[in-house]
Amino acid sequence: MPKRYASIWFRHLLTDWKAIRQPSLRGTAYVFAEPDHGRMLITAATEKARGYGVIEGMTVADARVIAPDLEVFDGKPGHNIKLLTGLAEWCQRYTPLVQLDPPDGLLLDVTGCTHLKGGEKAYLKEIADRLKTIGYTIRPAIADTIGAAWGVARCAISGLIVPEGMHRNALMPLPPYALRLPVDQLQRLRNLGLHTISTFIYMPDTVIRRRFGKSMVLRLHQALGQEVEYLFPIKEPVPFTERLECLEPVKTRSAIETGLTDLLERLCKRLYQEGLGLRSATFTWYRIDGKSGNITIGTNQSNNRVEHLFKLFFIKLDNVAPGLGIELFTLAATKTEPISDKQSELWAAKGGTDSSEVAELLDRIAGRIGNAYINRYLPGEHYWPERTPQKDTDLKKAAESEWRTDKPRPIQLLDKPERIQAMALTPDYPPKQFTWKGQQHIIVGADGPERIEREWWLEPGEHRDYYIAEDEAGRRYWLFRSGHYNADNNQHWYLHGFFA
Amino acid sequence: MSRTREAIIDKLKQDILRWEGFRPSPAGTNNDMGLGPLAEAFPGGMFPTGVIHEFISQSPEDTAASGGFIAGLVQKLLITGGACLWVSYTRRIYPPALKLFGVNPDQVVFVDVPLQKDVLWVTEEALKCEGVATVICETKDLSFTESQRLQLAVEKSHVTGFILRKDATKINTTACVTRWQVRPVRSKLRRGMPGVGVPRWQVDLLKVRNGKPGHWIIEWTNQNFKTVYAPEIAEQARRYA
Repeated sequence: MPKRYASIWFRHLLTDWKAIRQPSLRGTAYVFAEPDHGRMLITAATEKARGYGVIEGMTVADARVIAPDLEVFDGKPGHNIKLLTGLAEWCQRYTPLVQLDPPDGLLLDVTGCTHLKGGEKAYLKEIADRLKTIGYTIRPAIADTIGAAWGVARCAISGLIVPEGMHRNALMPLPPYALRLPVDQLQRLRNLGLHTISTFIYMPDTVIRRRFGKSMVLRLHQALGQEVEYLFPIKEPVPFTERLECLEPVKTRSAIETGLTDLLERLCKRLYQEGLGLRSATFTWYRIDGKSGNITIGTNQSNNRVEHLFKLFFIKLDNVAPGLGIELFTLAATKTEPISDKQSELWAAKGGTDSSEVAELLDRIAGRIGNAYINRYLPGEHYWPERTPQKDTDLKKAAESEWRTDKPRPIQLLDKPERIQAMALTPDYPPKQFTWKGQQHIIVGADGPERIEREWWLEPGEHRDYYIAEDEAGRRYWLFRSGHYNADNNQHWYLHGFFA
Repeated sequence: MSRTREAIIDKLKQDILRWEGFRPSPAGTNNDMGLGPLAEAFPGGMFPTGVIHEFISQSPEDTAASGGFIAGLVQKLLITGGACLWVSYTRRIYPPALKLFGVNPDQVVFVDVPLQKDVLWVTEEALKCEGVATVICETKDLSFTESQRLQLAVEKSHVTGFILRKDATKINTTACVTRWQVRPVRSKLRRGMPGVGVPRWQVDLLKVRNGKPGHWIIEWTNQNFKTVYAPEIAEQARRYA
């Protein structure tokens, strides 16, 4: 299918935006100005202001002389990009491939999209009409190449829809500006009396390259479709996406749930046919006031069961703020994986940690509290107690080594060892008594020491000498002395855990 | 004659249990926890699975002892397969130590809930899931209504739940089937041997539905429970505790 591109030119992007915010300004003369080298330069002017002779690039002082009642607003650098991004997201209802075209335009890949609105003419008309209702005046154009669409949108007087293969003819009468050339090249062309593209389009490439540089040849070729030009969409389209346009804006919870179920059913059916399952999905809603939001879910195992996926979304459905109403829902499967369709073992009483029931349970829990809080531990190749269990969120990963059982380890381990006051007799002996949280414990039995060296390649510090100590009441503790025994009674004893 | 009388009494006992709301475990479940004489306290002499057990602990030392005792039970429950979830918001359990109680730490899923109020939500969801064998929940307080919800959840799914109440401020009525208190007591070594022996606990079964509460001294040795018949040790331990 031959490519078709649309270029949308927002003629007065910033000033239109201001008029939407303050309707009283409509039709008046006002400008946006930004400081530049100690002066205020005009960056955007309305039609009325242009009528007085105020143009972009003029200083505010000069403009005030021409038009004394001119209103001046402070412009912010990058504001146009912000506005364009919002508009580009809005335009995604017409095509999935939208690119920003700074300073004041958008590029759309409309290949195969226009028939949905009843042809290219109706397609452009709908975009223009709807943007006009919002308050933006635009000039859209459709052509075979990005360059031609850009030029026609900005410079052509009529014929904004260039039929297939006719872009060369459409470009002919346009000024060189339509080729997206830098100012110095435009000036040189004007000095040479080349006022339209037709005057130089038939010149050999070598001549153009010698006189005007390589960039002009590139631009010319791009406009004529002899050089490929790529469009970089603001959002990569997801292959598994379902859309639901609402006839009337909806805002009730039950309507949103119905919409979500409908989308899930369609998406899961497609996934099922392809033998795939979801790993993560995003549910997006677009409100009639132009705002949008989304909720994302993830699963531990690829899954295409509607009921389960609905439950995962249901937990987060409170975040949907419908405002005045939602007009469009989309559901995108951002990550898919082949589903294991092996028959579940009916005779097995209960599966392991990786059974689908447990995976679905963990999805629900992760949806509520977050995936980071669900942990498994695998044996780590470390002696240092804090590092022996290695955290892992993958439920399927098998342990690479065995858990060690030759050394006793406490069933409860404090995150951070707690300082205790202990009394020990001679270097290797366990403490005779210790005080923890104001309570004194007389030790009647002890095992140890077990020296654990610090892993110096990971962190510096002293080694630990661990003792298992049992007090009079039978409470069993894991104590350690940090570093060597000192005769000057300056030892650091810690409590690190409790044995069962 | 005496045989028929015994049979009638047995039959009547079973009927009374049934009328009291006791439902025997479905066939195929493993009710042998290796608890020995302690099992006599339960209705029908079988450790109740598919119910909620409540453990009370007042100090971290008691929590450790309860954790060890629970781990020993979990080992038996996991023999028939299924997943194990450990739900907590201030977890101190040290996974490598579970191996010493026969539980493979990499088979346990630890859910470290960031907010205390979500602990019971996660527990209830887990208890409803039939693919789960057992759920251990560490929490502080448990109201009667909350315990009823959990008990109702397991009655359908037949998951065994353990509620470990750390630093329980008040011991209120709950719908749990049992209430335990496990405290460490002095370990015993052969006379004259230095060091610390195998874990030994005083296990108090404070409450058990349709059963007989009691006190036992239990040791964990050779990956199994061993009941120690020594009331004087229990007496001594209580005096120290």
